[in-house]
Amino acid sequence: MSASTDTYVPKTRVGRITNFVDTRVGGSSIVKEFGRKIFPDHWSFMFGEVALYSFVILLLSGTFLTFFFDPSMAETHYTGSYIPLKGVEMSVAYQSTLDISFEVRGGLFMRQLHHWSALMFVASVSFHMLRVFFTGAFRRPRELNWVVGCVLLILALAAGFTGYSLPDDLLSGNGLRIIDGVIKGIPLVGTYISLLLFGGEFPGTDIVGRLYVLHILLVPALILLMIAIHLFMVVVHKHTQYPGPGRTESNVVGFPVGPVYAAKAGGFFFVVFGILAVIAANFQILAIWDYGPYDPSPVSAGTQPDWYIGWVDGALRLMPGVGEFVIFGRTVSLNVLVPALVPAGVLFTLMFAWPWIERWVTKDHREHHILDRPRNAPFRTGIGVAGVVFYSVMWAAASSDLIATHFHVSLNDVTYWLRALFFLGPILGFIVTRRICLALQRKDREIALHGRETGRIVRLPHGEFIEVHEPLNDYKLYRLVNFESPEVLPAEPNKAGHIKRSEKLRGSLSRFFFEDRVAPVTPAELEAAHSHHAEVEAPAEKAEVGGR
Amino acid sequence: MGDHSHGSPSTSGTVATAGQSDVEKFQDPGLPPHRPRRADKDPRAEKRAERQVAILFVISIIGTVLFFVGYFGIRLDDTIATLRLQNFTLGMGTAFAMLGIGIGIVHWAKTLMPDHEIVEERHEVRTEEDRRDAEQIIGQVLDESGISRRPLIRNTLIGAGVLAILPAIGIFRDLSKDLNPDVLRHTMWDAGVRLTRDPSGTPIKASDVTIGSAFHVIPEGLNEAEHKLEEKAKAVVLLMRLNPDELHVSPGREDWNYNGIVAYSKICTHVGCPVALYEQHTHHLLCPCHQSTFDLTQECKVIFGPAAHALPQLPISVDDEGYLVATSDFHEPVGPSYWERG
Repeated sequence: MSASTDTYVPKTRVGRITNFVDTRVGGSSIVKEFGRKIFPDHWSFMFGEVALYSFVILLLSGTFLTFFFDPSMAETHYTGSYIPLKGVEMSVAYQSTLDISFEVRGGLFMRQLHHWSALMFVASVSFHMLRVFFTGAFRRPRELNWVVGCVLLILALAAGFTGYSLPDDLLSGNGLRIIDGVIKGIPLVGTYISLLLFGGEFPGTDIVGRLYVLHILLVPALILLMIAIHLFMVVVHKHTQYPGPGRTESNVVGFPVGPVYAAKAGGFFFVVFGILAVIAANFQILAIWDYGPYDPSPVSAGTQPDWYIGWVDGALRLMPGVGEFVIFGRTVSLNVLVPALVPAGVLFTLMFAWPWIERWVTKDHREHHILDRPRNAPFRTGIGVAGVVFYSVMWAAASSDLIATHFHVSLNDVTYWLRALFFLGPILGFIVTRRICLALQRKDREIALHGRETGRIVRLPHGEFIEVHEPLNDYKLYRLVNFESPEVLPAEPNKAGHIKRSEKLRGSLSRFFFEDRVAPVTPAELEAAHSHHAEVEAPAEKAEVGGR
Repeated sequence: MGDHSHGSPSTSGTVATAGQSDVEKFQDPGLPPHRPRRADKDPRAEKRAERQVAILFVISIIGTVLFFVGYFGIRLDDTIATLRLQNFTLGMGTAFAMLGIGIGIVHWAKTLMPDHEIVEERHEVRTEEDRRDAEQIIGQVLDESGISRRPLIRNTLIGAGVLAILPAIGIFRDLSKDLNPDVLRHTMWDAGVRLTRDPSGTPIKASDVTIGSAFHVIPEGLNEAEHKLEEKAKAVVLLMRLNPDELHVSPGREDWNYNGIVAYSKICTHVGCPVALYEQHTHHLLCPCHQSTFDLTQECKVIFGPAAHALPQLPISVDDEGYLVATSDFHEPVGPSYWERG
C-alpha cells in the first residue's frame, strides 16, 4: 500500500460511490462546481434549450437514417412497393429514400422527425438570437459567445441545405439547380467552382455523395464543436438575468442545477422530443414520392424551399433583371450576384459586428450581467426590428407567387410592393418600434409615479371625481425604475484637441440613438409626485424627452 | 469587479453614461418574500401532485406500448393509408412516451421540489494577477524563441506556411476531370436533329403542332445518351405555334421558325429553373422559381422578373418526312450567365 491511501472513510452508499469515482478520475470538483450551480429562470431562456435539444434529436434520427440511406447517384429502376413509381428510372439515392419511407418500418416517421427537427432547430436558434439581441445579452463579456452563436446560425443553415439536397427528388434537384446558377454568377471563378462542385456539368453523379459527407460529418462536427465552446462560455460567464429586486450585476438568482434545474431542463428535452414527435406523426413533410426523381425538365409551380432558405430565394425574386453586362468578353451578372450576396452580407456583417458597434457608440465598456428589458433600450430594439422586417420582406417575397394566387392579386404588383417595402420597411420598423418603446417607458413612469389604476371612482365632497390609484409595493416599483437610460455623448476632441471624422460619426450616431430618451423615475420625483400631485406633471414631462 | 458592477445600487461604480448618481437611485428592496405553493402547505395537495406525476409516467409507459402495437401490429400492404396509420401510431406512441416523462418531470420539479430562489455571487472571469503572469509568460516564450529578434527566420516561416496551405487546396483540382467551360456552350442540338416529345422521345410532325399548343421537347436520341441528365439539363426546349403575324422576327432569324412554330430553350437565363408555364392567351412564358417572364412574341425578351436576357431560340425547320428538326445548335449558351459566356 502506498503512502497516499485516503484517510477519508465513506459511511454512506453515495459516499462509497463518490469515493470510488473521485480517487480514480477526480470527479468531486466537478460536482462541487456544478452540483448546486445557480441558473436564473425565465421563459425566454428556453429558446436556446430548444435549439440544443432539437440538435440532439437531429443526431439521433439522423444516425438512424444513415443506416438506410445510400448517397449514390447511379441509375436504377425502382422495384419497391410504391406502385406509381414502379420501373421508373431514378438514382439510388432517391430509391433508398423511398425505401426508408415505404419499406423500413418507422422510417417515414424518422424522416419526418428529422426534417421537422431541422426546421425547429433553425427556428429556435433564430429566436434564441433575437432574445439575446433584444435583451442586450451580447454585451461585454459575452461578445465572443454572440459571435459563436452567429457562426452556429450559419452552420445550421448549411446543415439544413446540405440535407435538403440529399433525397435527389425533383424539389432538391431544382434547389441545387438554383445554387448552380448562383455559383455560375460569381465572377472569375464561378464556372470553375460549379464544375468542381458537381464533378463536371450539372447535375453530374457526384454532388449527392459530396453533400452527404458534408451533411453527416463535417457540418455536424463543426456544430458540436461550436456548441461545446458556446456552453463552456456560458459556464465561464454564468447566465445573465433579467433585472428585478435582489438581482444585481454581481450575483445570480435562480434555482440550483441539482435537482430543480436539472429536472426542469432534462424534462424539457423530453417535452421538445414529444412535441416534435406529435408534429412528425401528423404533418406530412416532403412527400418525395409525389415529386418524383430529379429531372431537369419538369418543375412544380408554387413549391417553397425550407423556411430558412426563403429569405435568400426571396431576395433573388425581388431583384429586377438589370445589371448583366459584358466587359472584355466576360459576363458579369449583377442581377444574380447582388441579391445573393448583398442582403445576406449586410445582415450577417451587422450581426457579427453589433456588440462592437454598440460599444463604440455608447462608449460603454463595462461588464453587463443584468439584461435590458427591450423597451428600455429603444434604439437597439428599433434596430433589431428593422433587421427582422428586412429579413421578413425577403422571406415574404419567396412566397410572392402564393400570395398572388391566394389573394387574387397581380404577381407583378406583389413584387413591386415588396420591392418598395424592402427599402422602406426597415426604416418604418425602426421608427415605429422606437416610438412604441418610448411610449411603454412613459407608461412605466406613469405607473411608477402615480401607482396602478384601480378602476375605483370616488366622488370628493366638493364634487370632483377622481380615480383611486394604488401605489406600487417596493418590489414592483423597483422593477419599473431600475434601469439605465444612456444619454447623447457628443463627439469629443482627442488629446491633440482635434475631432476626428470617425468621432464625429460616433457623435451623430449617439445623437440619433439617444436624442429621444425617457429617464427612470428618481426617488425625488416620486416624492414630489406623492406630495403635490398636479404640479409635478409638467416638469416631469419636460425631463422625459430631452433634446426636442 | 468593482467599477464594472454599476447595476448594483450598493456599489459606487463609475457611471459612464447614465445621467444620475446612485444617490438618486432607488434602494434595492432585495428578493421578494417566498410565496409557498399549495403543495407546500397542504399535505393533500402534495399527495395529489405526487399522483399526477406518477400518472404522467404511466402515460409514458402506455405510449411505449402503443409504439410497439403500431410497429408489430400494422402490416404495410403497399397502400399509403396503412403507411399513414403506422406513421401516426409510431409517432403518437413516441410522443406520449416522451411527453409523459417530460411533463411528469417538469411537474415534479415545479410542484414538489423546493422553489426557493438561491443567490450565488458571480466570480470574476479572470484576476488581474493571472493576466499579468500570462502576459509575462507569453513575453518570455516569444523572447526565448527569438522570433521577434530574428526576422529572417520569422519571414521564411510565414512564407513556408502560406505556401504549405496551397497543396491542401490544389489537391481538390480533380473534383472535376474536365474544367473546360466550353462544355456549357454546346448542346445535343445540331443540324438535322429531330425534335421529340419529352419524355417519350417520339418525333413531332409540324402538322401536329396546332396554333396555341405547346410541346415539351428533347433532342432525338437523348434517352439513349450516355450523360442523359447533363445533356437534358441543357437541351430541353419549349415548342409553340403562334399566328405568324404575331411573331416579331428580328433580322437574321427569318428562317428560324417554321410557319409560326418556334422553339426556345426551356432553361431560365436567371439561375436555370425550367421555364415551365406557358400562358396561351398572352403568349408569356413564366418561370415558376423566381417569376421571370418572357414574351414569346418578342423572341422571348424578358418583360418581368430577375432574368437579364432572352431565352435562346433554337432554329428549326422540317425534314423530308415532315418532322421538325433543328437547323443548328443554339447560337448562344443556354441557361444562367457565367463569367466566360461573353
